[in-house]
Amino acid sequence: MRTRPPFPLSRRQVLRGLLATSAFGLTVKLGACADSSAGGGGGSADNLVMGFVYVGPRDDYGYNQAHAEGHDHASTLEGVTTVEEANVPETTAVQESIRSMIDLDGASVIFATSFGYFDPHVLALAEEYPDVQFFHCGGLYQEGVHPENVGSYFGYIDEAQYIAGIVAAHASNSKRLGFIAAKPIPQVLRNINSFTLGARSIDPSVTTQVIFTGDWSLPVREAEAANSMADQGVDVLTCHVDSPKVVVETAERRGIFSSGYHANQVDLAPTGYLTGAEWNWAGVYEQYVQMIQEGKTLMNGGIPHLVRGGLQEEFLKLSPYGSAVSEEAKKAADAAKAQIVSGELVIYDGEIKDNQGTVVIENGKKLEQTALELEQMDWLVEGVSGSVG
Amino acid sequence: MTISWRSQLEKVCIPIGALLVSLIIFGVFCAFAGANPFGVYHSIYRAAFGTWGSFQNTLIRAAPLMLSSLCTLLPARLGLVIIGNEGAIVIGGVAAVAAGLTLADFGLPTLMIQLGMALAGMLIGGLWIGAVGALRHYRAVNETISSLLLNYIAIALMNHLVNGPMRDPSSLNKPSSFPIPDVHMLGNLPGTRVHYGLLYGIIACAIAYFLIQRTTFGFAARTAGGNIRAARLAGLPVGKLTMAICFLAGSCAGLAGMVEVAAVHGRANESLNANYGYGGVLVAFIARQNPLAASLVSLLLGGILASGGILQRSHNLPDATVLVFQGIVFLVVLFSDSLYGKLAIFQARSVSLPPAAPAATSV
Repeated sequence: MRTRPPFPLSRRQVLRGLLATSAFGLTVKLGACADSSAGGGGGSADNLVMGFVYVGPRDDYGYNQAHAEGHDHASTLEGVTTVEEANVPETTAVQESIRSMIDLDGASVIFATSFGYFDPHVLALAEEYPDVQFFHCGGLYQEGVHPENVGSYFGYIDEAQYIAGIVAAHASNSKRLGFIAAKPIPQVLRNINSFTLGARSIDPSVTTQVIFTGDWSLPVREAEAANSMADQGVDVLTCHVDSPKVVVETAERRGIFSSGYHANQVDLAPTGYLTGAEWNWAGVYEQYVQMIQEGKTLMNGGIPHLVRGGLQEEFLKLSPYGSAVSEEAKKAADAAKAQIVSGELVIYDGEIKDNQGTVVIENGKKLEQTALELEQMDWLVEGVSGSVG
Repeated sequence: MTISWRSQLEKVCIPIGALLVSLIIFGVFCAFAGANPFGVYHSIYRAAFGTWGSFQNTLIRAAPLMLSSLCTLLPARLGLVIIGNEGAIVIGGVAAVAAGLTLADFGLPTLMIQLGMALAGMLIGGLWIGAVGALRHYRAVNETISSLLLNYIAIALMNHLVNGPMRDPSSLNKPSSFPIPDVHMLGNLPGTRVHYGLLYGIIACAIAYFLIQRTTFGFAARTAGGNIRAARLAGLPVGKLTMAICFLAGSCAGLAGMVEVAAVHGRANESLNANYGYGGVLVAFIARQNPLAASLVSLLLGGILASGGILQRSHNLPDATVLVFQGIVFLVVLFSDSLYGKLAIFQARSVSLPPAAPAATSV
């Protein structure tokens, strides 16, 4: 026996400690197992387990938050259990996340909310799990090409942008609006054009300046764009990027108005926030839950594979009008909204010229929201300064 | 040989000890966030290593990290800190798609097409990081900064190509290149859902280990990394070594890009830019520039990433939790680096003292 052991604890003490910790760990582990098996049993016939996957954080004040709010509503519905995962990139990671929702949590319905999840990830999983229903946000389903347990949903959010344009035109003093956009793809161009058409329906002298940042989430460049527009005298800003947070905040700091997108950003700009084009996924997800609980599925044909809607179908909503919106503006916006809902007002109603002066929609031609031409839009409407190329 | 086995033991015990310590710190974090730490440990184990199915999840996530880490690891042996992995992956992926589409037009057999894609990815990725080495050697441009900036250029170049010259007109709202025909895609390892990228990664790590540790070329590179003046005095061709190592490093990342394209996406688009590059930088540093260790660290990081989902789903922890976990693990492991040679227990001691019994538990 030595007098000064190299380690201050005796062997006996160490062994005792190890035994105690492992015993504790074991009980907790077994306890956890019992818990999880109880949770897994929840995936039975009468309880619907739905999995939601988002590409970004669920509190981004934008695209992902809109879906997360929809999820939160769905999770309160009777007979529904939800699981969700945020910040899942568009790689094999999303396949693994969904797989684990199905295998470990017993999910039978998956909502894949990012555009890039569809091909190849959702398609690959749909083949592998023919009994699970996959709903993808983006409206990409093609009859006969894609598996029958895949569904797609999307909204014509440019209708809400049209109304936001009306409000913006009323609020603007300089008659110059700013639109900060990610990429010149059809969906984005359609929002820019509808916003501008809405504004010019009130005052044909209004122009919209557009800046493309090049990617969905570039906070620094978005702030630069917002500042430079404010410097040039633009006094209402809106955007189509993943998170409008930076744009709306910058507008507020510069003392100009802002119009939101995706979700409600009024908290970020209490004085300058006019309104915003928001998704109403809560309503959409509730409709899906109802259909599924009635026993309808994609596979038995009860649920349509492609679901799209606008203001009429309540796929969209407008943020409550901000304090800076005049009574006159509210009246005009509400009237236009009612006309869109009733089908009286068609946004793309010829004659419409692009900003090069070329006629893109001829006189007398009305393009309804479902028109294929709108899906392939590659022009900016008259009154927009900026170019697609 | 007491010195030898003690230092061997040190190399094993310190990383394992670091992992245990980081698990404890993470447990405390979880407790503060309102989750049961032991439940969290159990979930992490279950989601990352618990079953064959979940272990495959870990393998899938680890595969691109192995190749990507070599892009930082090899130049590090030469004393260069290169973080241009992301750019080389993206540009390698684009080159692989271009090669694949061209070769498919000629109607070549699948094997030739895949070989062509791999070579194109490796060549372009190699040239990309080779340019960093050239800037470093001939113009004394800081290699860390230049490789970082090249990442942005690579991503911008890819966006330009898939928006313009390489664009498939049917990809409306997500501009992409034309897809590689399905028959020419890389398959999965037999009996698994893990693609061949894992095998490529392991082989590349093994080759890199052999090259660095067992060849005169590797010895020369390590000498130059140790003291560049001494290496010059000894007559080593430092310039050629720099270029060769940088080319090899870039070609590993380029191959990772090719695997992403040929095994996962099938086309080039913005999804290629998935931060595997930055993950690879972490792996290279944790592995202490040892290619074999890099494959193990990739597995560890893959496991951590694989457990990210269950932390959100079963414990209601925020989505950033997995990043916190990753950060804690890496900080503790990097800190543990400073403990080598400091712990008395791993030092050679006089023969009269018997090895201490609780040695293994003291770290």
